[in-house]
Amino acid sequence: MAAPAAEDDALWAAFADPTRRRMLEALIEHGEASTTTLAESLPITRQAVAKHLVVLDRVGLVAGRRQGREVRYAVRPERLDDAAGSMARVAAQWDRRLARIKRLAESAQAEKINARRRGR
Amino acid sequence: MSAEKVEREILIEAPPEVVWGVLTEPEQIGRWFSDEAELEQRAGTDGTLTWRPGGRGGSASGMTLTIRVVEAEPHRRFCFRWGHPEGATADEDNSALVEFLLTEEPAGTRLRVIESGIDALAGDADGRARYREDHERGWERHLRELHDHVAATAPGGAS
Repeated sequence: MAAPAAEDDALWAAFADPTRRRMLEALIEHGEASTTTLAESLPITRQAVAKHLVVLDRVGLVAGRRQGREVRYAVRPERLDDAAGSMARVAAQWDRRLARIKRLAESAQAEKINARRRGR
Repeated sequence: MSAEKVEREILIEAPPEVVWGVLTEPEQIGRWFSDEAELEQRAGTDGTLTWRPGGRGGSASGMTLTIRVVEAEPHRRFCFRWGHPEGATADEDNSALVEFLLTEEPAGTRLRVIESGIDALAGDADGRARYREDHERGWERHLRELHDHVAATAPGGAS
């Protein structure tokens, strides 16, 4: 099936936004960053950064840690793995279907040849 | 136009007309894809794929998807769109395109499948439009780079 499960959908949606991808890159560069730090390194407002962080946090791509008065965010590499894995999963599903088509077509062909032999 | 694309192929020891039959006949589709299928081998027609509860899809609830056949050239090409919302007309903004290409070879048939537009299945229309403008680098490469970078900078995972 092409459409991934609902959880994958949310992960994809989080990734499909270029601003959020830029934020992830910035977070990776900084290692850990607060909303303010991120807003300084990106051409978007602090409010926009906060909004995007909520989305990323919800699908588990980032995790926040309170430090004093601010929350510092970091990327969760295992979720990044999941996102990269979505494409691999789609490919694996097609591999399985192609293998079944091969089995069906080859046995249909073998039957055809046998029928022809018997008919002789 | 989409950056997302999956391409797989397999060599089948059977002639293209046999492979074509397995690929497109509804009762055959029920043996490799969904549990049940209703479709015509004709461009511009809608068909359905049904997964029964506990069937091949492995889901507990079962599901029926509408697919739109966009190309059907016997023994050579079979293409359909899927993943669009129920009731909507499938187009490149709301669905993924699946293309099957059959090529005759001395040993049989090379069957290739290309699924593109997978990103159309995620996110809102606005996000997708911006995504398309921004895909110059290529999604998969981007993810790969991002992932490699994280793996290198944060071994064992960030907390």
